[in-house]
Amino acid sequence: MRTRITAFTLGLTAATALSGVLLAAPADAADPLRIGFITTLSTPAGYIGEDERDGFKLAITQEDGKLGGVPVELVVEDDALKPANAKQIAERMTGEGIRLFTGVNFSNVISAVAPTVLKTGAFYVSLNPGPSVFAGGGCSPNYFVASYQNDNFHEAGGLAANELGYKKVVILAPNYQAGRDALEGFKRTYKGQVVSEIYTKLDQTDFSVELARIRSAAPDAIYQFHPGGAGINFAKQYANSGLAKEIPMVLPVFSMDARMMAATGDAAEGYYIASNWSAGLDNPANKDFVATFEKTYGRKPTIYAAQAYDTAKLIASGLDKVDGDIEKQDAFRAALKAADFTSVRGSFAFGQNQHPILDWYLMRVERGADGQLAQTVVRKVATAMQDAYAAECKM
Amino acid sequence: MSTLLIEQILNGLQYGAMLFLLASGLTLIFGIMGVINLTHGSFYMVGAFCAAYAATATGSFAAAVLAALVGAGLYGLVMELVVIRRLYARDHLDQVLATFGMILFTNELVSVVFGRTPPFMDIPSFLTGTVALLPGLSYPVVRLAFILVGAVVAVGLWLLITRTRIGMLIRAGADDRAMVDALGVDIRRLFSLVFALGAVLCGLAGVMTAPLLAVEIGMGERILITTFVVIVVGGVGSVRGAAVGALIVGMIDSLGRAYIPITLYELLPPEIASTLAAGLVSASIYVAMAAILLVRPRGLLPARG
Repeated sequence: MRTRITAFTLGLTAATALSGVLLAAPADAADPLRIGFITTLSTPAGYIGEDERDGFKLAITQEDGKLGGVPVELVVEDDALKPANAKQIAERMTGEGIRLFTGVNFSNVISAVAPTVLKTGAFYVSLNPGPSVFAGGGCSPNYFVASYQNDNFHEAGGLAANELGYKKVVILAPNYQAGRDALEGFKRTYKGQVVSEIYTKLDQTDFSVELARIRSAAPDAIYQFHPGGAGINFAKQYANSGLAKEIPMVLPVFSMDARMMAATGDAAEGYYIASNWSAGLDNPANKDFVATFEKTYGRKPTIYAAQAYDTAKLIASGLDKVDGDIEKQDAFRAALKAADFTSVRGSFAFGQNQHPILDWYLMRVERGADGQLAQTVVRKVATAMQDAYAAECKM
Repeated sequence: MSTLLIEQILNGLQYGAMLFLLASGLTLIFGIMGVINLTHGSFYMVGAFCAAYAATATGSFAAAVLAALVGAGLYGLVMELVVIRRLYARDHLDQVLATFGMILFTNELVSVVFGRTPPFMDIPSFLTGTVALLPGLSYPVVRLAFILVGAVVAVGLWLLITRTRIGMLIRAGADDRAMVDALGVDIRRLFSLVFALGAVLCGLAGVMTAPLLAVEIGMGERILITTFVVIVVGGVGSVRGAAVGALIVGMIDSLGRAYIPITLYELLPPEIASTLAAGLVSASIYVAMAAILLVRPRGLLPARG
């Protein structure tokens, strides 16, 4: 009796396991291609993830649920800005058979997600961070960055400061990897004298002490990198302390994106910004994107939305060429690398490390015809700029 | 005296004023009622959110102040009635656990009520800009207002506790609850009032920081640890101690953040100096606390010596 029961149990187990296998069998062609979209939707940085998701979705909506003619399904998850969360989500998603990922906003999060994804032979296309570790010796065939390499922003910032003729500056950033990289990047291209290099605490909200130090150093300008809430506080306090009238501020666009401009009120007026994109950038693809985004969501897009939209268009161009079969890895890789799409940022090409080669602009926050603050292009500061790490990438 | 030093002293006063608003309530509740209330920082957050919300909805700063005081006060009162009141007789570990739970609860509650995107609040127009205090030194009006409010609250609390009947009952109740109760005073109601007063002071700190700093979930926890340092340095249970402690911590933090990096940069290469300075600045108030406790183990001005 006992043996019969055991045999029955075994049979049952086998049947269950088999049905499990059958369920996990490759989806048939009619099913949409699933894209893993891990991003930050909660925390004060949550608006960034929302803009990235909405920018990406806009491209899908424009094609009626497709990218490059291939039906896609966006699987969105919130990482709450915690690398460990994000890694767990990535593991679960790869386990569910997702083979194409994007969405991560922060450099420390992508450092956890990208290796997890790439280990399984899946693709990762970054829509925002481009940490240096993956741009040089650590580059990887299935890893693409559609946005920028982190240092580029601050190199452009240094060039912008040169163009504006500032001879001595004070530079500030939070004391963590991206902050230190930012100031290194700035110093790489800046030709004048850095009179003071100030590191703030990562979660600092009050900058009264730093403002006093800036006042006493009396530089021609300051360059500061403080993303998110800290950046809003910094700009507001800088304006309120009266320093904004005396000492101009140059900053990368993610220290003053469209949402932050709305939040700081008038404080941002007159600030100089280094960026590869603004809503006012003059090209047909961008005009169309900005108008459609505003019509669809009722707000102005940030650079995050623009980059996410570009990322979706890049993925669309790749999917189109392989008819959605990303398991033809060589073909899909080549298709992505060709970057055969019209970027809202104007010119776009990949370097051999699969990081973009872009034009960079000096912009100024000014009041437009509608009375709203906008980032107006002053002039181009770099044409087809490549990152400093590309040569180290052997691929 | 250089203008940098004067400006840093003002910054220290301003930070001290904010710490005092938080620490005075915390020390009343801790020292007099004997409850360790980790939720205290949450009242500050509730106040800031109410203020930012009201300011956006009505455009009026007066409405923001009212919303912050009423919002934080009411939330404090409800929490005292529902949770804290059950903790007076329990030991400190239970109090820590329960009020820590309330921090998590409040964070969730605030994100459900106000949404996950943090609200923004502009500095009211009559507080914008700067005033010239000395040649070459102008200081933001809003920060001066902060210092003034801190001073007014300090005097007000001192008068309340030393010169009024309620103050007398608070002091008496802290020494001997049973006796005050026996004299026909409703001690529970009195404690509820003290608790709500602490929350209202947090609301006041909240509405003042909202236009200057970021309003965000978890902003209370960040300031709470520093607030505890303040009352430990000042001596638990006394409002005078909270005032002294807040000034000391505010000054050490402001002067340290300015002069430690400047000094180190002159002595060491920038990459070492920056990391070392950041560490020393973070540690400075704790080092000061340890030094003060070595000399005066009960703090500078404890309630009952």
